[in-house]
Amino acid sequence: MLLRFDWVERVVHWVNATLFGVLIFTGAALYLEPIGRLIGRRALVEDIHVYCGLALPVPLVIALSGSWGKALRADLHRFNRWTKEDRDWLRALLRAGPERRRSLGGIRVGKFNAGQKLNAAFIAGSGLVMLGTGVIMRWYHPWPLTWRTGATFVHDWLALAIGLVIIGHIWMALMDWDAMRSMFVGTISRTWAKRHAPAWLDGEDGPPAPER
Amino acid sequence: MLGLGAVGVVAGSRVQDGLDAALAPLQRLDPTGLSGLLPGNYFRIYTVTDGYPYESDTNYRLTVDGLVDHPTVYTMADLQAMPATRLVRTFQCVTGWRVDNVHWQGVALSVLLDKAGVQTAGKDLRFESFDGVYTESLTLAEAYRPDVIVAYSMLGGPVTQEHGGPVRLYVAPMYGYKSIKWMSRIQVVDRVEPGYWETVGNYAVEGWIGDSNGY
Repeated sequence: MLLRFDWVERVVHWVNATLFGVLIFTGAALYLEPIGRLIGRRALVEDIHVYCGLALPVPLVIALSGSWGKALRADLHRFNRWTKEDRDWLRALLRAGPERRRSLGGIRVGKFNAGQKLNAAFIAGSGLVMLGTGVIMRWYHPWPLTWRTGATFVHDWLALAIGLVIIGHIWMALMDWDAMRSMFVGTISRTWAKRHAPAWLDGEDGPPAPER
Repeated sequence: MLGLGAVGVVAGSRVQDGLDAALAPLQRLDPTGLSGLLPGNYFRIYTVTDGYPYESDTNYRLTVDGLVDHPTVYTMADLQAMPATRLVRTFQCVTGWRVDNVHWQGVALSVLLDKAGVQTAGKDLRFESFDGVYTESLTLAEAYRPDVIVAYSMLGGPVTQEHGGPVRLYVAPMYGYKSIKWMSRIQVVDRVEPGYWETVGNYAVEGWIGDSNGY
């Protein structure tokens, strides 16, 4: 078996997932009147939402800031590299039917495919935007009124987009039980890696996959 | 991504107006009502207690007392029998969201004050909500503005429970927190006492839209 995610990465993932879950739930209660009516205690819900939002970057920052974050840093490095294979992969994705399967199979994907890279970039960027607009909405005094209205606009629509992307993320995980299992236990089979991440297996996109 | 976010903050107010205009005809055609879940310029419902207080139209009472010559208790029917003021104005929350062209109907607050006969010692007003927590305030001069009404109708129907019905205040030129919901008492006092949001949320007592609470 190969180690896909070490314990630091798994802890960060699940802490983030929990925070996102709480943010989505409390956000829905603040935004959708029928849910808010069921829960009540708006002031408390608002506080939970704000402080979970502020806490969102903390696990990632802690994980990156020490020697324990070596694997995570290597993976971030992979996310930040946009290769010719990634472009080919996206182009292949747009093809129809068996043609798509064939051309996707021929690409030497690294540890993360282009879709995963785009997902990571989107969540990281939109997380910062949500943080910024959330701060404007919560501590609104220094900002002009039109900015507050604009921040509300961005926060609302981006929340909807993030929700859809997270549903997509969970859907993809449920479609690949081996990959999802590795986010719980860390390891994944060599066969899976050969099929989904051959360049990772052979150490072409960073340190090669460690054996466990 | 960050650049887009910043552009959205600065221009979002106008973009949302455009989107609302574009989506409105589509939403009228949507039989599922799911499009109502899309973000837009809608009311966010706030309550300062755990739920929404309830009072029926028949049991509802509004007390006007304090430094007045004729303390009075109004029923819903009393209010609806008085000359009505109609307003179509934007409802602006201090946190940023707003709803344009909201139809309001009610009795001008000045009418109730004239009937009660404010004594010379009376300088300010204190409003109470029957939720038992929410209070608000206005100076007498503000209360006499023609666009300050005791509203029993908004959005083309009775003021619903979540919007502060059966009767709420609507102070058109000020941020939403001044428009107290579930209003049950108007008390004439000799000095302004900061209301709920002014104490808890540190909002300005003089909540003029665009001219207080920062910019």
